[in-house]
Amino acid sequence: MLNTNEIRRDFPILERATAGGARVTYLDSTATSQKPLTVIEAMDVFYRRSNANIHRGVHTLAEEATALYESAREKIARFVNAPSARQIVYTRNATEAINLVAYTWARSNLKAGDLIILTEMEHHSNLVPWHMLAAERGIELDFIPVTEDGLLDLDAYRSLLARDPKLVAFTHMSNVLGTINPAMEIIRLARDAGAVSLVDAAQSVPHLTVDVQALDADFLAFSAHKMCGPTGIGALYGKTELLESMPPFLGGGDMIKEVKLRSFRPNTLPHKFEAGTPAIAEAVGFGAAVDYLTKIGMDNIAAHEHEITEYALERLDEVPGVKVFGPPSDKKGGVTSFTLEGVHPHDVAQILDRDGIAIRAGHHCAQPLHEKFGIPATSRASFYLYNTKEEVDLLVNGLYKVKELFG
Amino acid sequence: MDDLYREVIIEHYKNPAYRGHLDPHDIQFADNNPLCGDHIEITLQTASDGTVKDARFDGHGCAISQASADLLIESIIGKPLEEVKKLNKDYILELLGIDLGPVRLKCALLSLKVLKAGVYGLGEASDELVE
Repeated sequence: MLNTNEIRRDFPILERATAGGARVTYLDSTATSQKPLTVIEAMDVFYRRSNANIHRGVHTLAEEATALYESAREKIARFVNAPSARQIVYTRNATEAINLVAYTWARSNLKAGDLIILTEMEHHSNLVPWHMLAAERGIELDFIPVTEDGLLDLDAYRSLLARDPKLVAFTHMSNVLGTINPAMEIIRLARDAGAVSLVDAAQSVPHLTVDVQALDADFLAFSAHKMCGPTGIGALYGKTELLESMPPFLGGGDMIKEVKLRSFRPNTLPHKFEAGTPAIAEAVGFGAAVDYLTKIGMDNIAAHEHEITEYALERLDEVPGVKVFGPPSDKKGGVTSFTLEGVHPHDVAQILDRDGIAIRAGHHCAQPLHEKFGIPATSRASFYLYNTKEEVDLLVNGLYKVKELFG
Repeated sequence: MDDLYREVIIEHYKNPAYRGHLDPHDIQFADNNPLCGDHIEITLQTASDGTVKDARFDGHGCAISQASADLLIESIIGKPLEEVKKLNKDYILELLGIDLGPVRLKCALLSLKVLKAGVYGLGEASDELVE
């Protein structure tokens, strides 16, 4: 277990009280993580000392801002073991990274009748961009089914691969079930079938060691705000030959090498995909987040979360009427979605909030998955490096209070 | 526990008096709250004098959405449809007897939105109906 006493001192928000007077018990890191002081201060210092627009200026501040922006990119590249920082494109978030691939790679490589394989456990961010593409281009979508215990049905995947898919886009870790999918195998099978792979790593990069070279992913998308960084920035990793071959995404300043009145030549990687003034301070914060996670160690974080999740599953199992969704703890990350018989998840969340316990209720942007399990909504408690077993106890005590109230 | 989960709300949630579906009916409408997946259907029979003869709601959702639907149906039986068209947010809050934040307000107002969209014969239940 991590030394949470020490870690929690890095997160000032965890000391605050909620409306009911209780100290916050934050079990909603899957939605967004809290931010350590080093991240908050890195952005503060940037605005106090180095703020300027990047790339074009020659003055001291512009050079400093550019260096900070680009060194953050290098840190992020190292963090996911990308061969080069040129393969890390800043985006607003994982959603925009996936849309970037849909708008550029997919629109210039796919035609009517081509097949894209997704899964039944996708977040809306890895469904809707493909729905939009399918409607526009007559692309076909099919889905790797989810089994009763919340795993991908890989036999069904193998049969889908026989239909000559052009792209396999899937989540590395489900934001509802917590399932950690066998990404390496899924990618290898996709490659053998001649398909390009895209990994929605919004949940895995914050919680596991992710190595894009070991995975051999073609594209991989993630968001800073789920990994101790600020909102408003994320990244797309891509293989160089793919990124080089793709047309630009948005048009504007910085993504160009040369502009004439009637034409332009796009910039080199990764700037080709970064039009307009980007989120500079946020990039600096993203870099600081990566430093913070690296210092603690991703394997240590994953082990910590695993121990808490095991404990949570054990404690939740004791509560009559609680049903947990998803696979056993050895196949999942720190996400636990459940229902409590006779009480709507919104009511569960609202009553827990009285004691400062923050969980999420709803379909968690994965409506099709909930439909699959025949439930409109679940309550979701999720864990990160700052959470403790005592907080799991508070959650369980809170659930008993809910039961009492709804008797 | 604060008054959000007053006994009356829990009671109407657990034992609703007006849950069901009227057949035949003169008015029927259903909608979801996309935020939480709450679902409400309302069926209504009108009398020749333009009042609500009978009504029922069906659906699923949180205690606030289901209790407010039950309280709303109870309160409109016998009312002229013209009066039902004028009901707004304040009416529901008075029925519930609580104050609600913006998120839960949507849960509480779903049944009124559905009811008014049905009574007006609209294709869609919009938020403006209950402002």
